[in-house]
Amino acid sequence: MKQKFSEAIQELLYLGLTYDEAKLVLENNQYEVIFNEHQLNKNIYLNDDFDMLQDRSVQSRLSPTSLKTLEDLIEQDNQRVKDGFPRRIRIGKLVKPTKDNKGQVIIVPTTTEPKFYHDNRITEDPNDLGETGGTGDEQEGDILGEQQAQPQQGEGEGQGAGEGGGEGHDISQEAFDLGKVLTEQFQLPNLKDKGQKRSLVKYTYDLTDIKKGFGQLLDKKATMKELIKKNIMLGNIGEYFNAEDLIIAPSDHVFRIMSKEQEFESQALVFFIRDYSGSMQGGPTEAISSQHLLIYSWLMYQYQNRVETKFILHDTDAKEVEDFYVYYQSNIAGGTKVAPAFELVDKIINEEQLEKDYNIYIFYGTDGDDWESDGKKTIEMLKHLVGKVNRIGVTVAKNSWSSSKKTTVETYLDKSELLNTHSDVIKIDAFKADGVTQDRIVEGIKKLVS
Amino acid sequence: MILIDQHSKAIMEECKRQARIAGLSFSQETLEYIVTNKDMIELSPKVMIPTLYDYWVNDVEVLKGKGKYLVYPSNPYETVINTRPAISFYNDNNPDWLNVMIYYHVLGHIDFFQNNALFENTWNDDFVGQALSDKRLIENLRIKYGRWTDYVVEFARAIDNLSGYFQQLSVNNYPEEKELSSKLDYYFQFFLQEELKVPEHIIFNEISRYNNLFEKDPHVAEALFFTSIKEKHANFLSLYEKYLSKKQSKPQAKKDVIEFILDHSLFLKQENNQWMKSIISIVRSTSLYFNPQIRTKIINEGWASYWHDKLFRSDDRMKTHEVAFAKINAGVTSISRVGLNPYAIGLRLIEYVEDLANKGKMTWGYQKLLNIAQKEDFNIGLNKGQESIFALRKYFSDFTLINTFVDQDFVDRHDLFVTGKRYNPQRQTIEYYVKSRKAVDYKKMLLDSLYHPPVTEVNESKTNEKELYLNHLFEGKQLVKEFIPDVMVALEFLWGGEVKLETTEIIAPQKQGGELTYKSVIYSIKDRKVSKSDKA
Repeated sequence: MKQKFSEAIQELLYLGLTYDEAKLVLENNQYEVIFNEHQLNKNIYLNDDFDMLQDRSVQSRLSPTSLKTLEDLIEQDNQRVKDGFPRRIRIGKLVKPTKDNKGQVIIVPTTTEPKFYHDNRITEDPNDLGETGGTGDEQEGDILGEQQAQPQQGEGEGQGAGEGGGEGHDISQEAFDLGKVLTEQFQLPNLKDKGQKRSLVKYTYDLTDIKKGFGQLLDKKATMKELIKKNIMLGNIGEYFNAEDLIIAPSDHVFRIMSKEQEFESQALVFFIRDYSGSMQGGPTEAISSQHLLIYSWLMYQYQNRVETKFILHDTDAKEVEDFYVYYQSNIAGGTKVAPAFELVDKIINEEQLEKDYNIYIFYGTDGDDWESDGKKTIEMLKHLVGKVNRIGVTVAKNSWSSSKKTTVETYLDKSELLNTHSDVIKIDAFKADGVTQDRIVEGIKKLVS
Repeated sequence: MILIDQHSKAIMEECKRQARIAGLSFSQETLEYIVTNKDMIELSPKVMIPTLYDYWVNDVEVLKGKGKYLVYPSNPYETVINTRPAISFYNDNNPDWLNVMIYYHVLGHIDFFQNNALFENTWNDDFVGQALSDKRLIENLRIKYGRWTDYVVEFARAIDNLSGYFQQLSVNNYPEEKELSSKLDYYFQFFLQEELKVPEHIIFNEISRYNNLFEKDPHVAEALFFTSIKEKHANFLSLYEKYLSKKQSKPQAKKDVIEFILDHSLFLKQENNQWMKSIISIVRSTSLYFNPQIRTKIINEGWASYWHDKLFRSDDRMKTHEVAFAKINAGVTSISRVGLNPYAIGLRLIEYVEDLANKGKMTWGYQKLLNIAQKEDFNIGLNKGQESIFALRKYFSDFTLINTFVDQDFVDRHDLFVTGKRYNPQRQTIEYYVKSRKAVDYKKMLLDSLYHPPVTEVNESKTNEKELYLNHLFEGKQLVKEFIPDVMVALEFLWGGEVKLETTEIIAPQKQGGELTYKSVIYSIKDRKVSKSDKA
C-alpha cells in the first residue's frame, strides 16, 4: 500500500517515535513511500557534518541579524542600474507544505551568482525530469512512488520547498514587505487618493480596558489571580491552606471598564479570479498565480495592510475559495466559461453591499479560452461591473501551443470596445506563459494597475 | 566562538592517539571551537571560514534564510576546515561519547586533507590567516573605491569556476623522467604529424620500430632509431633545432581564463585600475582553495565515516552507548532509498575496495575469470585491504574513485539503481521509477552529479589586444543560457574590450522520439550589448 511520506511520518510519530526515528524507518524501506520532491533534488554537496553527525537543523543557522538590510540591497540594486549593470536581487517565493497539507507562502529575497554552468535540463524526452540514486529490490521499470504534479514552485536558484513544522509565516505578514520592495524596486505607481473612501477609521466601545480598584465589571478570574499572587508573597499559601485565611485588599479587585477603540477598516477589496480549467495546467497557472501574488503584495503596501481579499476559481462554474494557497494550488480538468466568475463577483458585491465601503479591484487571470466564443454574457457582466469597481485587470497567459493570433477572450474584449470606452477601469495584459520572467510579470502589473 | 574545555580537549587528544595507532597521520596541533547559532549565521555563507572576505551576496543568503524554513547553503562546507592548524567546530551540547565519535570523524577529515594529493597546494597554507589579510585588503579598497570594489569582486566571481585547478596541480609532480627525450617527442608529435603529415599507420609503425629497439637495448635505442631517419630526412635536424629554440624549457601550467585576463587585459594594466588585480587574484586563489574539497566530497566523507565507525567501535568509551551509536551511524551512512548520500556511497566504495584487495580481486588472476561462481568464491587471502584504502586516500578523488570502482559487482552488492523521475501526463503525477540497474548507468549518474565546471579556454590565436576569444569545450552539455549574458558583462568589464564566446547549443527534438541536434554558436559582447550568432 502506498502512503504519502508525510502521512507515514505522522503515523510513526503517533506510535511514539521521534521524527528522526520515523524518518529512519521510512528510509530503511519499511514503508512504501511517496517521496518528497526535495529529497530527490538535494545534491550531494548539501550533506554536511553538521546535519549528518550533530543533527543541527539548518533552521538554527538563521538569524535576523545581517550585515546589510533588504533596503540597503535594493538601494544597491538601483545603483547598479544607474551604473549600467543588470539587477541582481530578485523576489522569490516558496511554498512550504505543512501538516494540514495547506502550506504557506514565504517570500524571500534571492540572488544567483551568474557563472558558466552545465545545463542538464535538455533531454530527448520532455517528460524526463532527471535522475538520482536509489536502493531496493524492485525490478527495472517498477514505479517507486509518485507525487502530484504541481505548478513549479519558486523562482531563481537554490530554492525548494521544505518539509516539517516550525513557526509558519502567513502570506499577509510577508506581503507587506514584498509590496514595499515592489513599489521601490520596480517603480510601481503609488495609488491615487480616492477621497472620502480613504479615511475609514472606526471607533468601537468595548469593556476591554483593565483597571484596579474600581470599574464597571468585576473580572473574577483576574481578581483571583491577583489575590493568589499577593498571598503567595505574604506566605499564606503553602502546600495546604485555608481559603478563609487569605487576605484581600480593595485594590486587588480587577475591573473592566468601557473604552474607545480605534479600528482601521479595510479600504481595498480585491477579487482574484482565475481560470483553473485543464488548459491552465503548468505555465499559465504559474504565471497568473505569481502575478496575482505580487499584485496582492503591492496592494497590501499601498493600503498599509488594510486589504481584504476574495479568491474565486472558475471552470464552467465559479466558486469562492478560502485562501491564496487553495487558489494557487487548485487544478481541475473541466472546460471553460468566463461569465459565471464575474456573475459571482457581482453577486458577492451586491449581497455584502461592498460597493459603498470599499475600493474594489478585480484581477482576472486566464489563458484566453472561453467556450462562449462571443463572450456575450461576460461583456454584459463587465459593463455592469465597470461602474462599481476601481479596476478590472485581465491577464492573458497564453499557452505555448496557442498561435500568435488573439485568444477568444482578447477578441471579444476588443470587439466590445470596453477597453476604449472604459480605459480608466479595464486594463488587459497578454503574454506567452512559457518562460515568462519575473520582470515581464512585473511589467504586466504596471500595465494592469497604472 | 570559544575553544572547547580542557575535559573535551583531553578526549580529543586520546582520540588522536588511537587514530595514529590505526595508521592515520596528521599534524599534532588542532583547534576545536564551540559555535553558537550566531556564529553559524556568520560562518555558513562564508563556507565556514571565519575570516573570508565580506560580500553582499552572503548578506542576501542570510536574509533569504530569515524567511525560509529550509535554506540550502550554496557552498559545501565541512565541520572541519582545511588550514594550519586544522580547525573544527562543535555543537555545545554533545555528550562525551558522541564527541568521541565525531572527533574520530574529524580526524578522518584532517588526515584526508593533509595526505590526499589533490590538497597538495594547500598543505602549507594557514588559510584562515591568508583569508584574513585578503579580507582586510578588500575592506581597505572598499573604503577607497566604494561600490566598484564589489563590482570587481562580482565580476571576478563570475569566472572564478574557470580557474585552472588541475593545470596547477599537474605541474607539481610532473614526471619528467618518464617523458620521451625532446628529440623523440618532436619526431612523433610534430615532425611526423605536422611536417610530413604521414597517415596514422605509419606513425604506429614508427612507434613499434622504436619500441623494438628499446626492448633490445634501452641505452642505444634512440641513437639507432635516428640514424635511419637522418638518412631519410635530411632536414630533420635543422627543423628540430628550430623547434628547440622556440620551446620552453620547463613544463608550465597552462594559464586559465582569469590569469590570462590578469596578464593581458589593457584595462587592468591602466595605472588607476591596478588595484583590481589584487581583488581578482584573491577571488581566484580562494576559488582554487575550495577546489580540492569540492572534488573529494564523496571520498572524504566516506573516509571519515570509515574511520569513525572503525575506531569508535573498538573504543572502550563506546560501551553502554552502542544503541545510540548504531542509530546515529545508520542515519549518517545508510544508503538513501531514493537519492544520493555521499557518506553512504563513499563508505561503501572504500569498504568495497578494501574487500577486493583483501581477497586479491584486483589481480589479473581474478579479472580473467568468467565463471560467476568462481568469481564469487575467489579469495587468495592477499590481505592488502588496508594498504589499498590508504592508497585511495592518497591518490584518489571522487571522479577517479567512482570511475574506477563502480562496477556491476558493487551495484549488485548494495541493490543500487538509478532512480528516474518523469512526468506522467495521464495521471498528472511525477513518477519515481527504477530506471536502470546497470553499473554503467549508475556510474554515469554518479559522475553527472559531481562538480564539474564547463572547461573554458582562451583561444590565443583568435585573441588580440582588443578582443578576447573564449572557447567552451563541449562535453555533451550546453551552458545554462540564462547566465551567459551576465558572465559576458563581467568578462567585458575585466577585459576592457569586446569578448567572444564560442559554445555549442543543444536543440531539443520537436516531436516525441526525435533526436537532439547540436549547433555551434558565438556570443559576442560589445558596449554591454550581448548578441548571439551561428558559427559560420
